[in-house]
Amino acid sequence: MRHLINITDLSVAEIEELIATAQDIIQNGKKYAEVCKGKKIATLFFEPSTRTRLSFEAAMLELGGSVIGFSSAESSSAAKGETVTDTVRTVACYADIIAMRHPKEGAPLAASKVSPVPIINAGDGGHNHPTQTLADLFTIYREKGRLENFTIGFCGDLKFGRTVHSLITALSRYRNINFIFISPEELRIPDYIKEDTLWKNKLPYIEVERLEDVMPQLDILYMTRVQKERFFNEADYVRLKDSYILEPSKLANAKKDLSVLHPLPRVNEISHLVDSDPRACYFKQVLNGKYMRMALILKLLNLEVDS
Amino acid sequence: MKIDSIQNGIVLDHIKAGNSMKIYQYLALDKLDCPVALIKNVKSTKMGKKDIIKIDSLIDINLDILGYLDAGITVNIIKDGVLKEKRRLELPEKLINVLRCKNPRCITTVEHSLDSVFNLVDRSKGIYRCEYCEAEGN
Ligand SMILES: [Zn+2]
Repeated sequence: MRHLINITDLSVAEIEELIATAQDIIQNGKKYAEVCKGKKIATLFFEPSTRTRLSFEAAMLELGGSVIGFSSAESSSAAKGETVTDTVRTVACYADIIAMRHPKEGAPLAASKVSPVPIINAGDGGHNHPTQTLADLFTIYREKGRLENFTIGFCGDLKFGRTVHSLITALSRYRNINFIFISPEELRIPDYIKEDTLWKNKLPYIEVERLEDVMPQLDILYMTRVQKERFFNEADYVRLKDSYILEPSKLANAKKDLSVLHPLPRVNEISHLVDSDPRACYFKQVLNGKYMRMALILKLLNLEVDS
Repeated sequence: MKIDSIQNGIVLDHIKAGNSMKIYQYLALDKLDCPVALIKNVKSTKMGKKDIIKIDSLIDINLDILGYLDAGITVNIIKDGVLKEKRRLELPEKLINVLRCKNPRCITTVEHSLDSVFNLVDRSKGIYRCEYCEAEGN
C-alpha cells in the first residue's frame, strides 16, 4: 500500500513519472475520463481548505470517479472525539483512496499506519503539504522545460512557510540549482533546513533582505506572504514591508522569462497589476496542481491508461 | 543478596555517576520482585566516579532505552557465577514509547493511543526526531 505523506516518499523517478502522466492528461484528457469509474475518493478535511479540497474533488471527477467526505471538523465524527485512526478505518470501508487535511502535524501519517487504502496528505498543520509541492514542481517543469539548472528565489516568510520547506527539500535532489532566500532576518530559513538539506547536499545559497537586490538573477520567484505579526518590531516592519510586495515596477529589471509562483491564497504580497504580466504563473499553478493530483490518484490506485 | 556477587543476573556497569536512579525508573526495575542493588559514586579509574546497578535475575532488559539514556553503559550478563556476556550499547535507530513529543501541534499530544515513535536522524550528534511531526526529541 503506497501513501503520500511527505514529498520525499516519492523518488525523483516517480515524480518524473507523475509529470509524464500529468502531461498526457493535458494532451489526451478524453482517454482518462472514465479511468476511475466506480472509484471514490474521500476528502477528510478536519480543517477547512476549500481550494485544496476542490482540487482533489475536481481531479477525481475528471477521472470519472466520485467524491465523499466532509469539509470541517465540526461536521465530522472528530467533533465527538473520535480518533483519526478510527475515522480512517471507518471511511476506508466506503472509499478507495483518502485525501486528508488535519490541523495536527503527523495526523495523516498516523492514519496511513492503519489504513487499508492509500492516504494522501492534503496538509497537516504547518508541517507538510506534498501535493502543493507537486503542483510547484510541475509548474516549474512546464515553464522551464526542466527541473535543474536555474536560480530560484524564495521571498517572504521562509521560517514558517511549509510550502517553501517542502519545495527546497524536493529541489535538493536535482542538479545545479542556486537558492536565493529573500526575507527579513527574523523570518529566515530555519537552521535545520540549512543543516539537513542545504549543507548536507552542498547546495549553494545566499540570504538577502531585499527582493530588489537580486531580481535580475532570478529564473523563478516563489512568493509567500509576510504577516506583520511575524516581525519583532514595528521599525523593521515599516522599513522592509514593501520589499516583500511584488509590484510591476519591481519586475522592470527581471528576466524576460522569469516565472512568478505563489502557493495562494495571496493577500497583498503580489499586486493585482502583476496578474496580467506573462511571467505570473500562480493561477497556472492551481491548474497544474489538479493535473498532478489526477496523476497521483492514478498512481496510488495502480491504474494505468493504454497509450 | 551480597552486593558484589551475583549467581544469575545482570550488572549494568560504567553508568555515568548520578544516572542510576533515572535508569532504574526507565527500566521499571521497581516492578521487579528480585533483589536489585543501586550503587552510587563508585570509584572508577576511567570515569572518576560511576554508578552500578546489579539485578539478581536474568530479566529482559530494553537495551534500546538503555542505549538512548547512556550509550557508555556496559551490560554484563552473569550465569552460574561467571561472566557469560559483555554487551556494548549504541544509540538505537528507533525509540518506541520512550520519549513523548513536546510539540503541542503534534498529533501524538492529543491522541494518546498512538505509539510515540522517534527515529535517529544524526548518530554523531545523537539527534532523534518525532516520526509524526519531525520535532526534535529530548
Ligand atoms: Zn511529534
